[in-house]
Amino acid sequence: MHHKVVVVGGNRIPFAKAGGPYARASNHDMLTAALDGLVARAGLAGERLGEVAGGAVLKHPNDFNLTREAVLSSALAPETPACDLQQACATGLETTMYIANKIALGQLTNGIAAGVDSASDAPISVSDPLRRILLQASRARSAKERLAAFAKVRPAHLAPAAPRVAEPRTGLSMGDHQALTTTRWHIDRASQDELAAASHHRLGEAWGRGFFDDLVTPYLGVTRDAVLRPDTSVEKLGTLKPAFGGPDGTMTAGNSTPLSDGAAAVLLASEEWAAEHHLTPWARIVDAEVAAVDHPGGADLLLAPVGATGRLLARQGLTVDDIDLFEIHEAFASTVLATLKAWQDEDYCRALGLDGPIGTIDRDRLNVTGSSLAAGHPFAATGARIVPTLAKLLHERGPGTRGLISVCAAGGQGVVAILEAV
Amino acid sequence: MSIVEKAYYSPAGRKVAAKAGLAEPPRLRRGREFPHGPIVLAPLGSSNLVADALTLLGRAHEAPVVDAGADAPGYGDRIGALVVDATDVGTVAELEGLRAVLRPAVRGIERSGRIVLIARPSTGRGWEADAVARALDGINRTVAKELRGGATATLIYAHEGVEAGDLVSTLGFVLQGRSAFVDGQSWHIRHGGATVERLADRPLEGRVCVVTGAARGIGAAIARTLARDGATVVAVDIPAAGESLAAVANEIGGTALQLDITAHDAGARIAEHVAARGARIHAMVHNAGITRDKMLVNTDAARWASVLDVNLAAEMRINAVLLDPDVAGGMADDGRIVGVASTSGLAGNKGQTNYAASKAGVAGLVAAMAPDLAERGITANAVAPGFIETEMTARIPFVQREIFRRVNSLNQGGQPIDVAETIGYLVDPASQGVTGQVVRVCGQNMVGA
Repeated sequence: MHHKVVVVGGNRIPFAKAGGPYARASNHDMLTAALDGLVARAGLAGERLGEVAGGAVLKHPNDFNLTREAVLSSALAPETPACDLQQACATGLETTMYIANKIALGQLTNGIAAGVDSASDAPISVSDPLRRILLQASRARSAKERLAAFAKVRPAHLAPAAPRVAEPRTGLSMGDHQALTTTRWHIDRASQDELAAASHHRLGEAWGRGFFDDLVTPYLGVTRDAVLRPDTSVEKLGTLKPAFGGPDGTMTAGNSTPLSDGAAAVLLASEEWAAEHHLTPWARIVDAEVAAVDHPGGADLLLAPVGATGRLLARQGLTVDDIDLFEIHEAFASTVLATLKAWQDEDYCRALGLDGPIGTIDRDRLNVTGSSLAAGHPFAATGARIVPTLAKLLHERGPGTRGLISVCAAGGQGVVAILEAV
Repeated sequence: MSIVEKAYYSPAGRKVAAKAGLAEPPRLRRGREFPHGPIVLAPLGSSNLVADALTLLGRAHEAPVVDAGADAPGYGDRIGALVVDATDVGTVAELEGLRAVLRPAVRGIERSGRIVLIARPSTGRGWEADAVARALDGINRTVAKELRGGATATLIYAHEGVEAGDLVSTLGFVLQGRSAFVDGQSWHIRHGGATVERLADRPLEGRVCVVTGAARGIGAAIARTLARDGATVVAVDIPAAGESLAAVANEIGGTALQLDITAHDAGARIAEHVAARGARIHAMVHNAGITRDKMLVNTDAARWASVLDVNLAAEMRINAVLLDPDVAGGMADDGRIVGVASTSGLAGNKGQTNYAASKAGVAGLVAAMAPDLAERGITANAVAPGFIETEMTARIPFVQREIFRRVNSLNQGGQPIDVAETIGYLVDPASQGVTGQVVRVCGQNMVGA
């Protein structure tokens, strides 16, 4: 990379469970709010930024230019260009890398990476047969032709098609897939509940000490992540019934992320631009790697980041011991636990083409301010939540400290990135 | 809106109210607008001080009509303002000069006109002179009560050594619509040392001003007004108010700092935010405040402590950090500290012992700080709002609210902008000679004199 890329700030709205306080907010509304909070914090009102990259996983057809439209609604200069990207749950991290790479190459001096998702306001479309009939009717040249088209409508066509969180190639939901992984890696219920409880406690503690004062801006009267239950416990979580994996399953609503609404944004800049704008660089973007696994062929759907982690560390000449903080996206508690086990598994790592196991890490270096189980997981927003959170944590720990982000995504994909405090 | 309130504001209700003496209150002149009619200058002696100040302000002035006989003469057209240079007045006999110029002026002044008296304070110039200085205060307060149509009266005590330049920002503020809701007040000016040759439209250009409680109401108005006057505003409010705070910051091109001012590191975080932007603070406006109203018999320790901590102690802790010259991002020399007191604090108010303590404390604090900060050119002043139309006062029951609105000389509640404009005047670099003062923005409220 030619230019050093630094994270100089971030903002998100508090995340909330789908159907909750943001039930009537659109992706456009939430993304605009996240951008406006960031603009206010950094004092960028009326500025023309280099580019804003954002995206949503669940997207209405009318939102074809979601991010650009949000920019136009925001306090940024209307001359700020934008584009939409999407890589499932890794979208927020991929938009970060898109902007970071452009800055590194000198194509931009600054930009915002963002992500947003509303599981409440998910698009509902008509069935394929009805869609074909409607299109035929709209092409009809006479009332007779139009009637002929509508005459083909059958009651079964009228059922709306909601988006499914299922893998098109396997027909399994993400939870079903993860249940297979949970069994395969022998992840027990207690360790999942412990991880979930720790996530809530750590996130609650971070809120309590004001850590999010400069990372979150309230929205629609919600002032704190609405999913967060700081008083939850392993005992309370232990009473929940299995949600995935059948009656003997170990995955519950408590150790799986809920469908969520929210938006997040990261301000990225070259060191020079940050200095000119009197913004304090928190951490630089060191490198990133994207990977995929053959989940139709039986691979663990959400373990693609393992290969990416191994290759990225090797490319940077680093080991897990050189990393001070880890952020592993908690799609499910068992995803994190399986990832940690995979990192230690020599055979698994060698099968991925790595030289050996990635290593073992101390839990007190992992998700130190909680993660998606406690915060919630609006798909595309999660990466843009983690990047500024980690950057600030590293900045607090001092120059040279490193952090690694691992985000799994639908389609058997994953993105991993390394940040270093400056 | 209650049924009573709806009925009151209906066309029929208005007519009834007008018959009952509750006439439509006058519309006040606001903003950087001077009086429309001529400014009349009445020097009661040989002093050129006020004449020179008006020249610096770029305002022409006319000679006064003087009442010499029993049949008072009048002005032909209405006048915009009467400015009396009474700095040479030192005897009881000389007070007749005031009567003689005030009588025609009070009769002939336009709506939202201004009567401004400039006099010497009681500072040991002899028994009679000091008595006369105080007599002027009585005259000012009474004239303010007798004026109609939104016209106001103000008394400025100019200490020995005050030059025309020291008066520019004050005279400009008082004459312009910015002082709309400041009535019957007096405050002091000393020689400030700054060279002032004109009234600036954007006096805060390139300066950083921090405003706490900026997310809504009076605080948002302060932030907007200081930004209008050129300042780069750091808008501070509690994290929970972040959404409206961000909107205010973006609207005025400032920055939003989500911060609980009672946090132990609040001062340090403000300084850090300013230092990161390579600046120091020109003005620190302590506007954030809370109420926890209860009659004293029901006031427990928690209600007592929270109000005093937010409204007074937090302000003192933040000042202590920002006034340390070694703190990057702290107060600049020639900076400005402004506290927000309240007429409740000055007069006392049932059910607000804690609040009154904190707000009177703010008034005491700026008076105490002023002499100690003079060496660095930093001024410390306070404004004391009376009844101001905000979301907070809109929650007062209608009848009570209407009474609060009416019990002042301007027959109405003030607007947040009126408080903001007064603060804008106090933080103006040209207001170097104004320190340790409490300016009430209350329309001469009947309480809290």
